[in-house]
Amino acid sequence: MSIQLFLLLAAALFAIGLYGALSQQSIVMIMMGLELMLNGVIVAAGAFWHYVAPAAPSGQLVVVVAVVAMAVEMATGFAVATAIFRARDITMSDSATDLKR
Amino acid sequence: MLTAVFWFLALLAAASGFMVFRVNSMARVTIALLVSFLAVGGLLIVLGLAYLGAVVILMMTMEMVIMLVFMIAYMTNPGGLTQMSMYHNKRASLSIAVGTFALLAAGILAVPWPRRAGQPPASPAFQLGQALMGPQMLTMVTLGFVLLATMVGAVVLATSRGRYDRFGDDLRRRSPDDPLRGGVGQ
Repeated sequence: MSIQLFLLLAAALFAIGLYGALSQQSIVMIMMGLELMLNGVIVAAGAFWHYVAPAAPSGQLVVVVAVVAMAVEMATGFAVATAIFRARDITMSDSATDLKR
Repeated sequence: MLTAVFWFLALLAAASGFMVFRVNSMARVTIALLVSFLAVGGLLIVLGLAYLGAVVILMMTMEMVIMLVFMIAYMTNPGGLTQMSMYHNKRASLSIAVGTFALLAAGILAVPWPRRAGQPPASPAFQLGQALMGPQMLTMVTLGFVLLATMVGAVVLATSRGRYDRFGDDLRRRSPDDPLRGGVGQ
């Protein structure tokens, strides 16, 4: 095991999540992609703590911030999905193009 | 032994992450994402962060169970009996994702990583708690307020008929504009 292997896994999770967030039409599937990207951040932060600076708590704090970001993303994402579903009866991002000019 | 556990969890995390966008039902999508999170929680434990690993495993299990309900509520194909393909701009997305991975991997392999500074404390959970309740109190307070704002915002967004639907923009208005009157004296 080395920091490179952990970071390569983090990069793979981030890239898979990025692919999902960019390619999916469904709003909830886009959220899945974002969660997967944050999953990669957690792996990278944990690896940094263990392999670079275990005496400082900074790496652990980044994991806590990423976990909170996941919770916020899910709660707000589903609230937005609910609001837009109530207003327009849509669940696809392609149907919500009001800001597109 | 630890190396074998790492490879197992790492491959499981990446493979189940990949399956999130391959399976045909949103319920299975959520389960695949949960498996990825559980593997990452396990990896944190391998790294010596037992407390944070347990937090990730417990929190993500709960979060994915809640997500499962919403996913099934919003999905077009609950049983996964037919093909589920909801993509746009698939080729460009794939090339951006592969390019991002290649760039990150090149950086990871090219950078000379610094040597380990110091030794892990006897209890990483104590180190984290002491930081959050001491020098990093601002982080803790900020995260608390962000979560509070999220709770309020999520309720406001998800409410069917909120204050501005019922009373309009005029803050002095006393009676709501409801389709059916309610309460005492209806």
